[in-house]
Amino acid sequence: MRFSRTSKALGLLAVAALALTGCGSAGSGSSGQTAAGDPNKIITAYSNEPQHPLLPSNTNEVYGGRVVDLLFEGLTSYDANGKSVNALAQSIDTSDGQNYTIKVKSGAKFTNGEAVTAKSFVDAWNFAALSTNAQASSSFFESIEGYDAVSATKKVTGADGKSTSTPAPTAQTMSGLVLKDDSTITVKLAQPEADWPQRLGYSAFMPLPSDALKDPKAFGENPIGNGPYKMAAKGAWQHDSQIALVKNADYQGTRTPKNGGVTFKFYTDPAPAYTDIQANNLDVTDVLPTNALKTYTTDFPDHNLNKAYAGNATLNIPNYLPEFQGDAGKLRRQAISMAINRDEITKVVFNGTRIAAKDFTSPSVDGYNANVAGSDVLKFDAAKAKDLWAKADAMSPWPAGKVLQLAYNTDGGNKEWIDAVANNLKNNLGIQAEGQPFAKFAEILNLRKAKTLPGFTRAGWQADYPSLFNFLGPVLQTGASANYEGYSNPDFDKLLKEGLASKSTDDANKKFTQAQEILFKDLPNLPLWYQARQAVWSQNVTNVDSGWNGVLLYYNITAK
Amino acid sequence: MKSRSDMKSNRQIEHYVAPIDETPLLATDTLKVDAAPLSLWADAWRKLRRRPLFIISALMILLLLVVAFFPGLFTQTPPNDNCQLGDSLAGPSAGHPLGFTFQGCDIYSRVIHGTQASLTVGVVSVIFVLIIGVTLGALAGFFGGWVDTVIARIGDIFFALPLVLGALVVTQLPFFRENKSVFTVVMVIVMLGWPQMARITRGAVIEVRNADFVTAARSLGVSKIGTLVRHVVPNALAPIIVLATMELGVFIVTEATLSFLGIGLPGSIMSWGNDISAAKDTLRTNPEVLMFPATALSITVLSFIMLGDALRDALDPKSRKR
Amino acid sequence: MTQYILRRLLQVIPVFLGTTLLVYFMVFALPGDPIRALFGDRPPSEAVIAALRQQYNLDQPFWVQYGLFLKNLFTFNLGVDFTGQPIAATLGRVFPVTAMLAVEALAIQAVFGVAFGLIAGLRKGKIFDSTVLVASLVVIAVPTFVLGFVLQLVVGVQLGWAKPTVGSNADWGTLILPAAVLGLVSFAYVLRLTRASVIENMNADYVRTATAKGLSRPRVVLAHILRNSMIPVVTYLGANLGGLMGGAIVTEGIFNVPGVGQKLYQAVIRSEGPTVVAIVSVLVLVFVAANLLVDLLYAWLDPRIRYEK
Repeated sequence: MRFSRTSKALGLLAVAALALTGCGSAGSGSSGQTAAGDPNKIITAYSNEPQHPLLPSNTNEVYGGRVVDLLFEGLTSYDANGKSVNALAQSIDTSDGQNYTIKVKSGAKFTNGEAVTAKSFVDAWNFAALSTNAQASSSFFESIEGYDAVSATKKVTGADGKSTSTPAPTAQTMSGLVLKDDSTITVKLAQPEADWPQRLGYSAFMPLPSDALKDPKAFGENPIGNGPYKMAAKGAWQHDSQIALVKNADYQGTRTPKNGGVTFKFYTDPAPAYTDIQANNLDVTDVLPTNALKTYTTDFPDHNLNKAYAGNATLNIPNYLPEFQGDAGKLRRQAISMAINRDEITKVVFNGTRIAAKDFTSPSVDGYNANVAGSDVLKFDAAKAKDLWAKADAMSPWPAGKVLQLAYNTDGGNKEWIDAVANNLKNNLGIQAEGQPFAKFAEILNLRKAKTLPGFTRAGWQADYPSLFNFLGPVLQTGASANYEGYSNPDFDKLLKEGLASKSTDDANKKFTQAQEILFKDLPNLPLWYQARQAVWSQNVTNVDSGWNGVLLYYNITAK
Repeated sequence: MKSRSDMKSNRQIEHYVAPIDETPLLATDTLKVDAAPLSLWADAWRKLRRRPLFIISALMILLLLVVAFFPGLFTQTPPNDNCQLGDSLAGPSAGHPLGFTFQGCDIYSRVIHGTQASLTVGVVSVIFVLIIGVTLGALAGFFGGWVDTVIARIGDIFFALPLVLGALVVTQLPFFRENKSVFTVVMVIVMLGWPQMARITRGAVIEVRNADFVTAARSLGVSKIGTLVRHVVPNALAPIIVLATMELGVFIVTEATLSFLGIGLPGSIMSWGNDISAAKDTLRTNPEVLMFPATALSITVLSFIMLGDALRDALDPKSRKR
Repeated sequence: MTQYILRRLLQVIPVFLGTTLLVYFMVFALPGDPIRALFGDRPPSEAVIAALRQQYNLDQPFWVQYGLFLKNLFTFNLGVDFTGQPIAATLGRVFPVTAMLAVEALAIQAVFGVAFGLIAGLRKGKIFDSTVLVASLVVIAVPTFVLGFVLQLVVGVQLGWAKPTVGSNADWGTLILPAAVLGLVSFAYVLRLTRASVIENMNADYVRTATAKGLSRPRVVLAHILRNSMIPVVTYLGANLGGLMGGAIVTEGIFNVPGVGQKLYQAVIRSEGPTVVAIVSVLVLVFVAANLLVDLLYAWLDPRIRYEK
């Protein structure tokens, strides 16, 4: 997933409901007009220095991601509502959810003139999956048969007796990925996964020209793609300063640029970008400083956006905490969930830029259900919370003087809501609770992994591809990669597996909804709210909107 | 009427000057060789007592200490419990004279209860920085040579340490990780703050060590250390006092920075610094929330600056000539 | 004199080794796995983690890592950071910007601090003195982020006198606002140090002598009082130059200055040992040079001070 743990990216979110009910001013000033501005004008946009070279399979954070998305076009892409539509794929067929045949359209070219063929995909995927290439998104290929072989490791015991693992792939390519001819790829997955084609729009699955594999490092500095934009020139990426993209005249896909180019200006803090838009020095920013959440609608009337996207925030409960195990533990989890006034926090702390959660996924994905059985436990009810807590205490008393700690990383603008939640717990349950700040995100990850975090932790999930499963499987399945808190329930795992093996998306979504019913009983984590994207823009541009994943649709922005 | 000359001529004059035992001069001139001379400090104290600047600043500091150690005398409202989001940023109301913070806590109570931690961080850090910085700086400046080299270069190393790195590492030491307290913060500040003080002291001592009275003291047989302690340092105090009083305020604000980064005080400990950095998020809409803890900080720094000024005046040997 | 300077410059070597060792060790001791942190909530495969650890030598013991760093250093190879960028290029980008900012800030605080401090000292207890006291209190008690925010909004946006942010076009003009903010904070120190020294020196014998000789008041003030009051000020400014070169996280953030402070902060937070050590190494050189300069200035300001031994 693209993670964004800095305040720059996290400071801001909100709600589909707001936009629907008209409370939000989402794109109200511009979306209706089709301004006939200069189609060749360059738009300037807020961004930050990408954390990796611009190889699609090595880009796992938002600032590199937005560039890579504009530079490349994959087999599929997502429309503004998060629906996966064919882009370079002529067809993606399967009869069993395990064996896929992909036909690639002919005629598309990279900006260096090389044709985009089935081989451009197969080679790129094998490159990305091979562990010795150390690509950040290599795990996106884990479903394909033969991934185990290219990501094998071996343990080496060093002189100091400590064993370290080193990559030791036993194959260079994945056996399940076969290049049939210039326009046909067959893929065999390790097991049936009905939602697998939905992932193909993610940047890890982009095609690469042959040059990229010869010298990935140089390519990452001056990437050559097949998307709606291309790098303005060699060296268009000025480190710590900006990346300049210009329209790719040969692009034939659906994301046709309505401007002459996009220059991403880098800011380490969202506040100066906001100031620059006020001064018309910058055209658009999608990250607001925390102290502008209350003022952005008045500072930029008709020039602002507040729109939900596929991300959520949760409070995770490690399963090793003795107070939260067994029946008493279940009661405590419920009590805490009901003691948190989500509506008030989203309204007061976030000023309506997030929406109180009603499930474990996001309203921005297909199959979302706001009324999953058992979801009442997310509703604020101080009296019932106190009651449940007392019942739990009767079964096994809460240790006297114990302070419930809520871990958060300080670089993500989390303090305000953590403090508000802690106050909720203090006021409504009569226990001591406080935030446990960490300067480094890595520190929390380490403690979570080592299972030594003394209390709860904040967490969040931003979907890689629009699917209910993506919110459930990687985070809560037994042994899943991001299941740090160690939740495990065989019934839940079984339903997920059945869902993946379903013939239709609707059938799959039914299974996933049933799986959520189990989650509402177990409460492995407490869903808090859904994320939303806020953006403001200058007098010089219009038509600003965001996609299902919260990334602005830069190609649609027009100059006035 | 007889003339003066008559009178004079009629008297038999035995002495032109009153006999020494009839005058108070003997007492005046007596040098009590065995009595301790009035020390610089005792002398300063005598002068200080009469200075309004000193009296006012001392009273203010006394008040701050009372607030710090007996916050219950000033407010009954708990600073951190029963904060209701519904009260977020609400203005003053009955029982809440300064209104509410973003989290809906009582501002007045938080400012009162924040005094202890903030004052402790400021004062204790300054004291330790003074002890370490002045000692090392004075030694380096006075002795020069390799003593100076070693101390100055160690100072350079500590100077170059980034605050964030130092703070992150110190707070990870096993001892501090489990007991994050005011003294963790003090430790970080002292570790990275002493070189500045050492350098200012060193500069001032270098300036003074060549003065005539130092040479005089040495030639009268005063030991090197004795000269340094009794003659050099007291004459080098002016910049030290200025730096110390200013740093008091800066250290209190540094605590805020550290807390903001998650390497300062835990949230359960109230401090002005915590509240000042929390007020950052409401700067555009409710700047008054920032004003109260910042004012408390200003008053504290002002008190100590005034005290420092008075102390400096009283200690300045040159001003004694008048 | 030349010998003295040479000896001082030679001292750079142990300081450099000591600093790099200490800093490298501190970064090494930082909690949290820097490689895992590159991936956020979604962990990569163990094989990729292992490959990256190898790539950055993080699988080696501390002494080996430090040794490799030193070895590379002597071949003028600072390596690459976790984003794959050569560290030497990063240093070449951030230090010029910060140096400009530091010099500008230093000039502001030196000129205004000394001038105001001199007047305040000469007119001790008068209205100007008290006003200046209050002003210096304000800059101490008001946090940088407020000062920066207000200056940016008022001068940069509302009045439009200066560019509100710096970004990629850092030059003397665009850096004026952040330099003013940085300068203001230290301005209070310079001012009060100058004032204290001036008050002390006003009553010195040589001042009375100079006045008695019939020297003009400006000459007495500038050549005698001020010059003799400069030692603590120069010491402070020297130390502060080092501090400014270390960058200012908050101010750089507010004005989007691509300088040392932000880089250093990010590198520490990401546990990028080589980047942190490289930046700190440059800083140490700056400190040593600034200190040497200050010591030479002592001798110029006060002829009684001699270094030849």
